Amino acid sequence: MKSRILAAAFIFLLSLGSSTVASAQLNGEPYIHDPSTVIQSDGKYYTFGTGGGGLISEDGYTWHSGAVRTGGGVAPDVIKIGDRYYVAYAVGGGGMSGGHASNVKVMWTKTLDPKSPDFGYHDVGVVASSNGLEDCDAIDPAFLYTGGHLWLSYGTYFGFIRIVELDPKTGKRVLGNKPVNVSIDMEATDMMYRDGWYYLLGTHGTCCDGANSSYNFRVGRSRSATGPYVDNMGIPLLKGGGKLVVAGRGRVFGPGHFGLLDLGDGVQKFSMHYEADMDRSGRSVLDIRPLLWKDGWPVGGDNFQAGTYEIESERSGFALELAVDFVRIGRGGFGGFGAPGAGAPPRRPQPGQPGQGQPGQPAAAPHQGPPAGFGGFGAPTGPVTPLPDQTLAEDSAVWPAGNIAVDMYDYMIRPHQKWTITPVPEAGGYPGSPYFKITIAGTDRALAATSDSEVVTVPAFTGAPEQLWRIDQLTDGTYRIMPKLVPDSKEPLALTAAGASTPTLAKFDAKSDKGRWNFRKP
Amino acid sequence: MNELRKSVLLGMGALALLALQVSFVTPANAAPVAAPGDTSGGLASYFTPSTAHPKLPDADGFLQRWLLLEPIVKPNRTNTVFTGTYVRNAFQTEYFPNQFTVVPHDGDNVTVADQKLTWHALDSRNFNVRLFRFADGLKKPTYGVIFWAVTIVNSPREMKNVRLAVGSNSASMWWLNDQNVANLFDDRRMVMDDVVSQRLTLNKGKNVLRGAVINGPGLSDFCVRFIDESGDPIKDITTTVE
Repeated sequence: MKSRILAAAFIFLLSLGSSTVASAQLNGEPYIHDPSTVIQSDGKYYTFGTGGGGLISEDGYTWHSGAVRTGGGVAPDVIKIGDRYYVAYAVGGGGMSGGHASNVKVMWTKTLDPKSPDFGYHDVGVVASSNGLEDCDAIDPAFLYTGGHLWLSYGTYFGFIRIVELDPKTGKRVLGNKPVNVSIDMEATDMMYRDGWYYLLGTHGTCCDGANSSYNFRVGRSRSATGPYVDNMGIPLLKGGGKLVVAGRGRVFGPGHFGLLDLGDGVQKFSMHYEADMDRSGRSVLDIRPLLWKDGWPVGGDNFQAGTYEIESERSGFALELAVDFVRIGRGGFGGFGAPGAGAPPRRPQPGQPGQGQPGQPAAAPHQGPPAGFGGFGAPTGPVTPLPDQTLAEDSAVWPAGNIAVDMYDYMIRPHQKWTITPVPEAGGYPGSPYFKITIAGTDRALAATSDSEVVTVPAFTGAPEQLWRIDQLTDGTYRIMPKLVPDSKEPLALTAAGASTPTLAKFDAKSDKGRWNFRKP
Repeated sequence: MNELRKSVLLGMGALALLALQVSFVTPANAAPVAAPGDTSGGLASYFTPSTAHPKLPDADGFLQRWLLLEPIVKPNRTNTVFTGTYVRNAFQTEYFPNQFTVVPHDGDNVTVADQKLTWHALDSRNFNVRLFRFADGLKKPTYGVIFWAVTIVNSPREMKNVRLAVGSNSASMWWLNDQNVANLFDDRRMVMDDVVSQRLTLNKGKNVLRGAVINGPGLSDFCVRFIDESGDPIKDITTTVE
């Protein structure tokens, strides 16, 4: 009995505080295998899987079945060019029917919404194939459209990955185009283009074996769409090379079938499936995660983990905080000179009052009392003892009631600078994630957008949309933070450092650090 | 999902058929590798018979001349069983006499579980030795198999501090002059320079290099070369078969 209580207590304690375990977090029923690149059509998100059918989402977070794809076969991909959605899929190969003879077929539709009168697939025909004897099995097609060219990669572990070129106006194979071998040891490939480089991604490892699947995806790059592709060590993908982008971790095994979702403004995400989500009966599920870039190579980012953080401005390095008086830590252990200091003077006006330094306002009174204490030099007299952090009670003793303004300043590891970020799944989400509430740690005081496009904290979270926050990781690893709604504003606005110490809500500028934030361990 | 597709997809690796040999450090503006016209998949597409003339490694140092034994049947539905213990046990089993010391000749036969298996002296057309295509070309079992491979490495002088660099699909073990020098355990795909040995000495004159590769549902394959302290290939050696 005692051991059970202890075990339960241990599990309870583990559930508190920051979670560091990676997990798939899409809502609804995101069950799919070999998903196509997530794509928008008529305001909704779609992805299709092996066998037919697929998933639909209103917001990219909650997914349900309902997408319609004819043709059967495996591992489709989708791309929008002009007013057409081209869909590629493969029929016959992958070892099915005992062989590797396979056809990659293409069709198109004007919309992916099966309820629309414009929905309906038009067959283009076979664009690539394998005869069962040659060193290729033509499955797992994927599109890349860039520079006016439409490329299609395909193939699996049986032989080579190949690339062909299609006509973007028709979806057909370009006349006279021959397939080019670009990789071995891969399947479920995908291509990207960025800054003069073509990237070929594909899975290595085993699929289709639940929590024993070692599926992971890797990348090589080339200055030409048709290769040769090499990895970060110069090893050709034709000799088994490939730099790791994503592997299984935490509670999810076997990521595969990468698809790029470029949301603009420096926000890129990628869709994939996991072979096994251990929190969902080990089933194959969809996930959408941030894509980062480091030294010209893509890196798989992680879903944002709920927890308590300092929110640090990339502009100034200052911490987002309540605009309240600083309370000194003056208990024991600080040798210093002279008597312990008196409390600091009132420093900051509260909502409704003009900011410090505004015209016509007197400057704050200078600090009276002994000089600030030193930490104490040399070894302590007596035993070395740890000192407690400042408590919430000590810090909040000087906070006013009601709404409290926010500003930014030196991170002093104070309670009024620590924010707990908690998902609110019932409030909906955006591609890959639920909305979050951002509250002062240990309290219900919540960050909120105001109707004059500023930020404030309200005493208690109510779930109102201006208290819900969207957190997107940018390609450089920093984050953009946006309220779900800014009252009386039609424009999407983001948390922005208008000054080194002054946050506001403003249009996000992807080229500036003022809209970028870091979440630091407190 | 179709069981056959699942079992095939559980395998890893692939077979390269290159019309041109390319350096392993490939400039970004080098020509792409065109898919070849020969889609027959026969043995001659991947191997030529070895000759009496010593064979240099290819441009990247890969050893292409080998005596290959037709596959020993060893069924496995999955390659996830290839732990170190499993693979060591699999290869320490005696399938034929003197399997750790024999230097066979082209055409020599052994009998394994009532199956007559023949050694073939072959030169791979590629940097890698595509065992799947070797077996398939001879109409032998391609999945659930063990392959043995032997070659003689001739060195013009004693070479110290070299390493054997191996990639294989799937698991494999390698012996140089009767010493076990490199092991690739667990389910593997063939990646060049995947596992490298500790520093070795190549004797002046003959050195016997032996390998065993095991695979369940995957495409058996290996690539082997010697590299120096900087990771550059050793190229002034030859391979011969007797």
